[in-house]
Amino acid sequence: MGAAPASRDVTSYGMGLAAPLALFFLLFFVAPLLQLLWLSLHNDTAGLHWGLGQYLHFLTDPFSLGVLGSTLLLGAEVTAVCLVLGFPIAWLYQRVGPRLQTIIILIVLLPLLTSVVVRTFAWIVILGRQGIINATLQSLGIIDTPLKLLYTQFGVVIALAQVQMPLMTLPLITALGRIDPNLDDASCSLGAGSWRTFFRIVLPLSLPGVIAGCTLTYAAAITAFITQSLVGGGQMLFMPMYLYQQASTLQNWPFAAAISIIFLLAVLAVVSVFTTLGRLSRGYGWA
Amino acid sequence: MSGRRLILEALSFELVMTVIAVIALVIIIAPSLVVLIVSFTSGFSLRFPPPGYSLRWYVELWNAWQLHFAAKNSLIVALWATGLSVVLGVAAALAISRSQTLSARLLDSLFMSPLVLPALAFGLAALMLFSLVGLPVSPLTLVIGHTVVCVPYVVRNSVAALAQLEPTLLESSAVLGASRLYTFRRIVLPLIRPGIIAGAFIAFMSSFDNVPVSLFLRDAATDMLPIRMWQDLEGKLDVTIAALSGVLIIATVALVAVMERVTGLSRRLTS
Repeated sequence: MGAAPASRDVTSYGMGLAAPLALFFLLFFVAPLLQLLWLSLHNDTAGLHWGLGQYLHFLTDPFSLGVLGSTLLLGAEVTAVCLVLGFPIAWLYQRVGPRLQTIIILIVLLPLLTSVVVRTFAWIVILGRQGIINATLQSLGIIDTPLKLLYTQFGVVIALAQVQMPLMTLPLITALGRIDPNLDDASCSLGAGSWRTFFRIVLPLSLPGVIAGCTLTYAAAITAFITQSLVGGGQMLFMPMYLYQQASTLQNWPFAAAISIIFLLAVLAVVSVFTTLGRLSRGYGWA
Repeated sequence: MSGRRLILEALSFELVMTVIAVIALVIIIAPSLVVLIVSFTSGFSLRFPPPGYSLRWYVELWNAWQLHFAAKNSLIVALWATGLSVVLGVAAALAISRSQTLSARLLDSLFMSPLVLPALAFGLAALMLFSLVGLPVSPLTLVIGHTVVCVPYVVRNSVAALAQLEPTLLESSAVLGASRLYTFRRIVLPLIRPGIIAGAFIAFMSSFDNVPVSLFLRDAATDMLPIRMWQDLEGKLDVTIAALSGVLIIATVALVAVMERVTGLSRRLTS
């Protein structure tokens, strides 16, 4: 076998098979993004004068910075809610029999595969003035006038958390499944209580899954155009809608391009922070 | 620490975790159930619980030609984008799955990057490029745009399926005199087929439901279903949309059940 040339290796395929998709991505993914960058570096709408005007405009405008800040904050809030609710689901999944496991997975998967407009629409029905929450609270006599839930930060966070929950739960289930169950027993037999075992053993060992889940949830939450716009309403503006308004309604393409690039860089920055944390946590997990 | 205290602690821990998990599962499932129930209302508003039940909004849906038109467009684009994603994605997965070279890893990152980058930014970028080269917005531009954001699902699932394929099977096949193409057709393809189908299914669902890319790459002639629904909902809360949502939820549940049977979808997404 050692004498056989590499081309005779029957267990692998040539890199040439990746060429069509690579070419497709160069033409229709890399080239458009480069053009976006090129346009964002122009001061006028026609794209004739080079300059950093669009970026200066964004970075010196309190309104634009506010939109960026509230978008990043929104992502953090959604990620936190998903983690707090998603971790117990993954924990329960490892505790139950195979039949219940399949049911849990299918429940978790359902929002991932249901239309995002449908999921968001459901939250409008639930959070609205005559929605379930207000109707229940009123019939119980807890409140007199309906609470404002729709078009609030709370509404957007809870709706997004439900929509993005699978992205958090699936990596957590995978991560918890890889932890040796004997460690749990060992910790308990050495006298550590369940809470201590959880925070000192289970949580640190599941960090790669936590970080993978947080990365996906965060990126999805800040780019979730439909849920943000329908549950947030007109008063709350986040980066995707800001970008869309500038590009579509105002036809200000260079500024929209600059918003896109800043948004892209913000997402990339957050993802690389999470990736670095992931690398560190793997070291911690093995220690 | 005393044994009794440990037991109490274990009980409190299990109780807290189970209660949160159950609440979370209810939060996940409740919206779909609520929409399903509301869609059978006999009234004109989205009140819950409905004043009475009827199929009137499903009948109304039958006549909503604008929604039919948008649904047909979405279906056609999703089928083409899925087909293109499978052809390009499976070929790329074969090339990069067993290779440890730098170029293979770079290509893998490139093919996965549409999953994290904001799709809206890509939609705008694609529109700019197409208008620069003079390609007008059409079903073709939609298929191209959707393929970029759907192909990662096919690549990822195919790579995962290939990783579980025993290399010795390919060697045995070759030793027994089968050509590479024959081995691919009779050994590789049947073994990785569930992975490809699972990837294609998720790609199809995400194309059918895509808003950010379609938003820039469609016009009135290529109206897409999720955008039509979004625009209808921005204007008023329409019970017809609830009926349409009901249809979509039932179709999704049915498709997921079929996929679970055919490909073991739940195992594929958690391993």
